[in-house]
Amino acid sequence: MKVMIIGCGRVGSVLATRLDEAGHQVVVLDRNQQAFRRLSEKFSGRRIVGNGLVEEYMRPTLQEEADILFAMTDKDNVNLMIAQRVKRNFHLERVVAVVHDSILAGLYKELGVETVCPTDLVIKDLLQTIQES
Amino acid sequence: MYIIIVGAGKVGYHLGRLLIAEGHEVMVIEEDRSKVELLSLEFHDAVMQGNGSMVEVLKEAGANRADVVVATTGNDEDNLVICQVTKMMFLRPRTIARVNNPRNEELFTGLGVDASVNATKIINAVIQEQVKAGDMMIPLLTLKEGNIEIVEVELTRSSHIVKKKIKDLSLPEGSIFIAVIRGEEVIIPYGETEFQPEDKVLALVKRESEQALRKIL
Repeated sequence: MKVMIIGCGRVGSVLATRLDEAGHQVVVLDRNQQAFRRLSEKFSGRRIVGNGLVEEYMRPTLQEEADILFAMTDKDNVNLMIAQRVKRNFHLERVVAVVHDSILAGLYKELGVETVCPTDLVIKDLLQTIQES
Repeated sequence: MYIIIVGAGKVGYHLGRLLIAEGHEVMVIEEDRSKVELLSLEFHDAVMQGNGSMVEVLKEAGANRADVVVATTGNDEDNLVICQVTKMMFLRPRTIARVNNPRNEELFTGLGVDASVNATKIINAVIQEQVKAGDMMIPLLTLKEGNIEIVEVELTRSSHIVKKKIKDLSLPEGSIFIAVIRGEEVIIPYGETEFQPEDKVLALVKRESEQALRKIL
């Protein structure tokens, strides 16, 4: 699969590394060159320094028929805007926005934007831990 | 009307002031506490602290009974989400977004924002209009301590004096055309001289007549 990841933070960098190890074609974009230090040394994918809100940085990758995009910068609203723009302007199979605010994540899901909410996942996990103990 | 403004930057602040002066009920939502404190001296209860793209904050501001929600922050992604959340959760208000990057305007309307305001586009339109109005009068030389000027104006298709003869114009007192530069040719104008687009017109004008001259061009 060809995967584009916007935001090379703690989660984005590990996701990129894992997907790369699993043999997928990975492109990571981040505004900050330093962020790429989080990737493993063996990472063989592409790194692009650029702003995810500016379409030009993504266009070459997305036009080459990427299958899936993850918008996972540290800002919910940035991720939601990126996801909606990409859905509108390119033909990707899946576009996923990481949204920390649980209510926002739910609202945009209803609007047809695929969202993943880390807050919900952590809570679910914690609750499960409590129930098991 | 009840109007909620998100973002108390320059745009949000002045918009709020104007709307209050016009007798509207206003609530400004601002995230930065120090700005809120400062603003409350003037806006009193019409300002609150919070993140305007959060549902709870909009609800607390009374978005369910608002007529309009205006997102005026300096970040387009925030303005977009503020308007979309308002649309999804509160149905009633019209949403207006400030667009900071002109390239986002189309996206905003495509994603359900009712209206977007783009400062770059507005300023550009004003400039275009001013250019047409002969405001691109370039001072070449000032004489008598600035009381008399020689100015140059390049005519466009839409200039008022194009296709007209000098004798048919009512030139304001204290001004006279001294030369017309048409391509390589320099014409010393007289009554029968007819102006054409792209002519560069040189005029001698008294300072007090400058505005009047601008108007007829």
